[in-house]
Amino acid sequence: MVSIIPEITRESVVYLIKEGKRADGRAFDEYREVSLETGVINKAEGSAKVKLGNTQLVVGAKTQIAEPFSDTPKMGVLMTNSELLPMAAPNFEPGPPDENSVELSRVTDRCIREGKVVDLEKLCIIEGKKVWMIFLDIHVLDYDGNLQDAAVLGAVAALMNTKVPTATVENDEVILDHEKMIPLPFNEKALMCTFAKIGDELVLDPSLEEEEIMDARISIGMRADGSICAMQKGGKKPITRDEILKAVNIAKNKTEELRKYLE
Amino acid sequence: MIFVKDKEIVVPGDVLADEEYHTGRGTFREKNNILSSLVGLVAIRDKKISVIPLQSKYIPKRGDVVIGKITDIRFSMWNLDINSPYSGFLPASDVFGKEKRELSRTFDVGDVLFLRVVDVDEVKKVKLGLKGRGLGKFRGGILINITPTKVPRLIGKKGSMINMIKDETHCDVVVGQNGVVWVKGEPEMERVAEKVIKMIEEQSHTSGLTDRVRNMLLEILGEIQEESEDLEGSEEEEENREEFIQ
Repeated sequence: MVSIIPEITRESVVYLIKEGKRADGRAFDEYREVSLETGVINKAEGSAKVKLGNTQLVVGAKTQIAEPFSDTPKMGVLMTNSELLPMAAPNFEPGPPDENSVELSRVTDRCIREGKVVDLEKLCIIEGKKVWMIFLDIHVLDYDGNLQDAAVLGAVAALMNTKVPTATVENDEVILDHEKMIPLPFNEKALMCTFAKIGDELVLDPSLEEEEIMDARISIGMRADGSICAMQKGGKKPITRDEILKAVNIAKNKTEELRKYLE
Repeated sequence: MIFVKDKEIVVPGDVLADEEYHTGRGTFREKNNILSSLVGLVAIRDKKISVIPLQSKYIPKRGDVVIGKITDIRFSMWNLDINSPYSGFLPASDVFGKEKRELSRTFDVGDVLFLRVVDVDEVKKVKLGLKGRGLGKFRGGILINITPTKVPRLIGKKGSMINMIKDETHCDVVVGQNGVVWVKGEPEMERVAEKVIKMIEEQSHTSGLTDRVRNMLLEILGEIQEESEDLEGSEEEEENREEFIQ
């Protein structure tokens, strides 16, 4: 089901943005209140719950030993999945993942993979035979705009929270020591910033209202040193070169701000 | 015998009273007792006991006035979302009479209308109409959603609460029974009204709300006035900010 936005809501939001204001009184480059909790699920090796304003999601990480892909015999496997639960929004339907869900998980996956958040090579136990597999599951509990930033923040937090048993090899057999749990080979906190283009302005962390009326959207994944590790553009209208550069500059400061929640 | 006080919060299964009382909305009888079936506040009127839910969905009722948005245009009617599990429809004949005209030229998808519920049938098909004073399409303004049970509280005794908001913010305010509120005025004032309405929704179960709303309104309006006075002397700051955005 497509949600229909009342014309007058569109007018009022566009008008406010033109005047340099936002409906909830935030500045253009201001996040809503962020809250992050880790270790919320006992059954998962790592987990995190993120709240971004009224947007809420949980991320769980499960680990398992399995055979690596044949083209990358020395690398661990990372799989990201997302679920837009029907209780999160009236227009989320049960059933196979739709394009929004696929986009959410794939962009999150890209940011984590290309940002080298986890050193996948260190997850190898026996080359070509046994490696650690990490499953990241993103469950959206409440949708109020900007799932992307929340998902990446939650995913990174969940990975930081994940502990696996130490694995040793004896006679080609993997022996797990559940007494000695170690964290994943974590080496980078890559995070994402999403901007919505409304009229001629870019606004950070779009709310649901803003997301519904935006002309275009750009998400930028960034590592701590300011290098870009992922980028995704959405929406119907184009984004100019200058706007992208401006977004990258703002993202540099804002990912730094978000990173503080991970400490 | 009664086991609860007026305006007490109860949960489903709480025993409210015994057979001396009558069951009202949100309650049921089991053996000789009256129990709550909802999470909400107890309301006792004479010998009738009912529970007003803290949160609810709008169930259409004949005669209500509601705010709906058009989601679809069909051959001879518009479909509307009325913030309810049931969607409504507005027959073209109600608007045009016997004349035949293009529907989308009058109201298009995304338009917001103020309507009356003409009829609700057995399968909850909601027939809407535009006949009446003040009914029709909204131009401009903002929409605010609240829980439908809080609508009476927002309006207040004989409209005391809503009139106070109207007077203080100089906004037009229209409240639909389905929990959708339309506000139109100065953009800044619209946001003030939104804030106040959200606050009423949050605190509707507490007493002395009208006074607190009045204080809040005066406080916000006072701040805005101070700001606009400050602005006259701070043009320089304004320029700096523009540079930063560029």
